Amino acid sequence: MQALSFAVHIPLVCFGIAFPAMVVFMEWLGQRTGEAHYTAIAKRWSKVMITLFAAGVVTGTLLSFELGILWPGFMSTFGDVFGLAFGLEGFSFFIEAIFIGIYVYGWDRMSPKRHMLAGIPVMVTGFTGSWMVIAVNAWMNDPSGFDVVKGEVVNVEPWTALFANGHLWPQLIHMYLAGFIVVGFLLAAVYSYAWLKGRRGAYFRTALVVPLAIACLAAPTQLLIGDWAARTVADDQPIKLASFEGLYKTTEGAPETILGWYEPDGTIKYGIEIPKLLSLLAYHDPNATVQGLDTVPEEDRPPINVVRIAFQTMVGIGTGLAALAAWFLFVWFRKKRLPRTKWFYRAVVLAGPGAVAALIAGWVTTEVGRQPWVVYGVMKTEEAVTGAEGIVFGYGALVAVYVVLAAATFWVVRKIARTPFDDEIAALETGPPPADNASAATQGGDDVSR
Amino acid sequence: MSLADVPVSLMLLGIAAYIVLGGADFGSAFWSFTARGKLNREIREHTHRSMAPVWEANHVWLIFVLVVCWTAYPEVFGSIFSTLWIPLLLACLGIIMRAVSYVVGGVAEQRWVVVLSAVSSFIAPFALGTVIGAIVSGRVPVGNAQGDLFSSWLNPTSIMIGLVAVTVCAYLAAIYLAADAKRNGLDDLSEAFRKRGLLSGVIAGVIAAAGLLVLHNDAAMIYDGLDSGDGLVAVIVSAVLGILTIGLLWRRSYELARFCAAGAVVAVVAGWGFAQSPDILPGLSIDAAAAADNVLIGLLVSIAVGLMILIPSLALLYGLVLGGRFDPGGGWAGGEGVTKGAMSTLLPPGRRKVVIVLAIAGIGSAMTFISSGGAVLYVGVALVMAALAIGFVMLAVTLVTTATQD
Repeated sequence: MQALSFAVHIPLVCFGIAFPAMVVFMEWLGQRTGEAHYTAIAKRWSKVMITLFAAGVVTGTLLSFELGILWPGFMSTFGDVFGLAFGLEGFSFFIEAIFIGIYVYGWDRMSPKRHMLAGIPVMVTGFTGSWMVIAVNAWMNDPSGFDVVKGEVVNVEPWTALFANGHLWPQLIHMYLAGFIVVGFLLAAVYSYAWLKGRRGAYFRTALVVPLAIACLAAPTQLLIGDWAARTVADDQPIKLASFEGLYKTTEGAPETILGWYEPDGTIKYGIEIPKLLSLLAYHDPNATVQGLDTVPEEDRPPINVVRIAFQTMVGIGTGLAALAAWFLFVWFRKKRLPRTKWFYRAVVLAGPGAVAALIAGWVTTEVGRQPWVVYGVMKTEEAVTGAEGIVFGYGALVAVYVVLAAATFWVVRKIARTPFDDEIAALETGPPPADNASAATQGGDDVSR
Repeated sequence: MSLADVPVSLMLLGIAAYIVLGGADFGSAFWSFTARGKLNREIREHTHRSMAPVWEANHVWLIFVLVVCWTAYPEVFGSIFSTLWIPLLLACLGIIMRAVSYVVGGVAEQRWVVVLSAVSSFIAPFALGTVIGAIVSGRVPVGNAQGDLFSSWLNPTSIMIGLVAVTVCAYLAAIYLAADAKRNGLDDLSEAFRKRGLLSGVIAGVIAAAGLLVLHNDAAMIYDGLDSGDGLVAVIVSAVLGILTIGLLWRRSYELARFCAAGAVVAVVAGWGFAQSPDILPGLSIDAAAAADNVLIGLLVSIAVGLMILIPSLALLYGLVLGGRFDPGGGWAGGEGVTKGAMSTLLPPGRRKVVIVLAIAGIGSAMTFISSGGAVLYVGVALVMAALAIGFVMLAVTLVTTATQD
């Protein structure tokens, strides 16, 4: 259940991380040049932003309830170790909520400078909030800052536990970039679709290229940061790495096996084996020894195929996105224009949902890969869950609610996208409109339908 | 007051803030639903407009309370949530439904949206009220799901507090909406909400008074606490402020009534704190439940730092709202949104700048890739990220400003 909640919450988090930066950037462009279509985009995006933020508030509230409802064992044992991070996260969220309100409802109600300033806390708190949550997750992967004496958790050092953790920075930056990739490609997908439908005025062109720019820079960078994150896993959670790869026996110069299905006897069927690549990737040394699954008893291994397929999905899509980005950047630098072939725009349309799939696969990788532990090497998941009866019905209710929430959010965003531009543009008429803006405005009437 | 008492005081403050601010949101949904006749549409628009800029911030208080609880008193949090998962889940569903109807209500006016928000605005405060009832009547034993699944929250005290919560929400909302309407010069509306406020205020007062009898029979511990010492003072203060609020409402001093009503809520919550201490759950004192001192200090330090940023921010937000800046026509005096005279053109960055950024990115990548830890790695990552940020601005500016034949 928590899994489903996170799957819904995480894409919203991405918007919290990345969207404010793009909206504020758009607003900056508008203020810098005085051209109306930038401001119009910023305004429209900001409405989408607050809608998604409201959905994020709700799913976030739900998550904190669920932590208690589903994981009382985890919370009552370790709540004091990591609670601090959630406290700080709460404040981030709070400040974000305040300034998002000021920002979105403050259009034309305060001086442009002050309005743009109000956007900055939203950007910053989007980062700090995810920082805190990732700190908890990093701690679950690499627990420290406490001692267990006779089954009791004592000598709690929350600051060390949370912020002096080797997993924090790779995980955080990996997530942060993922946020920009997901939001960038999702937005680009929407406007790519519009592009394919022939809407190519200044408004649509700008709304396409700005998200595309950030996504296309972040996607290749993610390969580098992902490599760093994987090396951290290799160092501290060898069994997790072994299950990414389905590596049964401890091997010197371990091969990388792509695709295929892990069999209970420790072999991989139908896989493509590339000699020594795993050792090379995990330790940057083709002859390094990689620990295998057989070093721990079977009940201490995660479900290999789930982890493995999730991991390969993430890496596969991530690489694909990076390739798409390289295509775009290559065309731009060689020819100083956008790609002309329709296949590029079709690929971008796919890249949006693809990025979300990679995000969720990445989350499955890190969470399921840690099983059976909830706190790596310290507490097993089964010790953490609730003892309450009938909780299954609770799950059912929540699933239904998520469906409603998702449908409603989607519907609202669509509704916002379809609002005619007239009012906005009319308000903008007082500023000297650029020559080609009128065409963008009329085209905007029936915005994208995704 | 020992260190262990500080977080629980902050939690009570958070609960009070959630009732005063978030509660009014549920109440406003109730008034939207009951709106009839010629003011129907106006009432709905007004309630939505009043709530919109502050909606998100109001609901974060609840998260604050939960977070402080699980950090400072992990065992209490685990016990409450495992025993009372049904009402908590209901509350959660209520909040979600409210959010859905609120978000959808922002762009559309459909009957189902209004019904949904009304149902949710009843369920959420009621369910949270029953949770409080379960705690004050000592029905949440310490441990993982040790309490009764149903009778822990379906009992006289819980139901009474649930009902009080619902009426108080409606009452608070009526006062705020009356005040907002008056500020906007919507006299019809402020009169309408004044009537509603007076009615719901009297009902809330009657239920609360009757509630004391329920507590006497069903939750003797807490009743004794409210009947003596600081608890009694709090009850009296709350009663006086409650009556004063109704008087102010009668005299159409809505802004004052707003603060007076909030004060009454704070007093009741404080009274609860006084009456229940020193125990937090049956047989578990606040001191025993609290996490270690360094955790509490860490938490309090972060709360203090957080509040230093939060309070001015909240003041700014409510200042803008109460100052009417977000009201219709409350525009910025300086003009109509577009910066004047900012017609400078943006130029794409020159080749040299691009090369420099690419070089930074390259060096950073190499450092990240080669190093397996320590300063080199972190500097490398920092360089990559910096190059990424600058690169984005440069690329985006280039893309939007370069005229192409695409």
